[in-house]
Amino acid sequence: MASTAKLKKNAPPPAPNRSYLVIGALGLVGAAVLAYLVIKPKDVSIPAHVTVLAADTAGFRGYILGSPSAKFEITEYADFQCPACGTFDVLQFDVVKRQLIDSGLVRYRFRDFPLPMHPHSRLAAHAAACANDQGKFWEMKTEIFSRQAEWSPMRSAAGYFGDLAAQVGVKRAPYDECMQSAKYAGRIEASVQEGTKLGVPSTPTFLIDGRLYPGDLSSDSLAAKVRRLVATPAS
Amino acid sequence: MTNRLALALLGLAGLFISLYLWLYKLGKIGTIACGTGGCETVQLSARSRFLGVEVALIGVLGYSVLLGLALLGLSSKHTGASWPLKWLMLLAGGAVLFTLYLKYLEFFVIHAICRWCVGSAVVILTMFGLAVVEWRRGRAEEA
Repeated sequence: MASTAKLKKNAPPPAPNRSYLVIGALGLVGAAVLAYLVIKPKDVSIPAHVTVLAADTAGFRGYILGSPSAKFEITEYADFQCPACGTFDVLQFDVVKRQLIDSGLVRYRFRDFPLPMHPHSRLAAHAAACANDQGKFWEMKTEIFSRQAEWSPMRSAAGYFGDLAAQVGVKRAPYDECMQSAKYAGRIEASVQEGTKLGVPSTPTFLIDGRLYPGDLSSDSLAAKVRRLVATPAS
Repeated sequence: MTNRLALALLGLAGLFISLYLWLYKLGKIGTIACGTGGCETVQLSARSRFLGVEVALIGVLGYSVLLGLALLGLSSKHTGASWPLKWLMLLAGGAVLFTLYLKYLEFFVIHAICRWCVGSAVVILTMFGLAVVEWRRGRAEEA
């Protein structure tokens, strides 16, 4: 018995299960790939974590299109790099504009709601804000959304947005200065905080008469909601 | 043993898929590699959360447990035991039902298909099938 115990004590340790070695090696490879994806440099030059100052939002409620005296207001919380927002803008916004905004029924308010997983969202929002300095926000917004598939996969989209700005008639020198200063970072963050406080769950989300409607609504659906409001007697 | 190793490898693959999607939701990896835009539409929809919890995080936790059970089934200590496979089969069965619900959402509610989610669905269906086969074989050997 004693000799058996001695034999067991001197026996070599059991060979590690080869299956575990295979799984461990693959696990390490997978972890390394994920770690690379996390640490690789991303094109975010507009800071997200900024302190919002009163001056950032003074007199600014968002980008507004339509008559100030319009009876109803639709607010869209959108992310420039979100595909659903792009689809809505390309396919539906023009109809919304013709049917609801140009008719004077609705005033449209666009609010930035860049999501954290989109590396170019804040940059795009800032590019649109800098175009707005020269009265070209809506033109720039249309271009950014309609070319989303081109710039979205880019590693760095700053140059592309500059070219888009020039295409819509924005003067490059003041635009570049505006982009380098990141002066609207606080305003964009204020817009995000406003949406978060309201409970915006995804993009695009529409705020109509105090109610949130998440999802890429069709122009017909938006028009139907407005028509219901028109038909509802004011209390 | 081959099936048990395959179960562990599939568990690892599922864990990495859900980890990738969760890191994307946290904004840690930038753009998602998808090619169609469908992954973003699905991941950014209001339905990407279940009872207030990110579906991707549920995947990370679920696949971690499945991988753990598959690794237990591989160990020499539990080679003859059928309980890790029984639990693996039951949990994978539940995961298959949850996956069917998620596929319904993709096809009929969100109207977009996420390739990574399809990959995860294939992984969990295969895991369930293998777990059933292995569990039945274990029971036959016990009898």
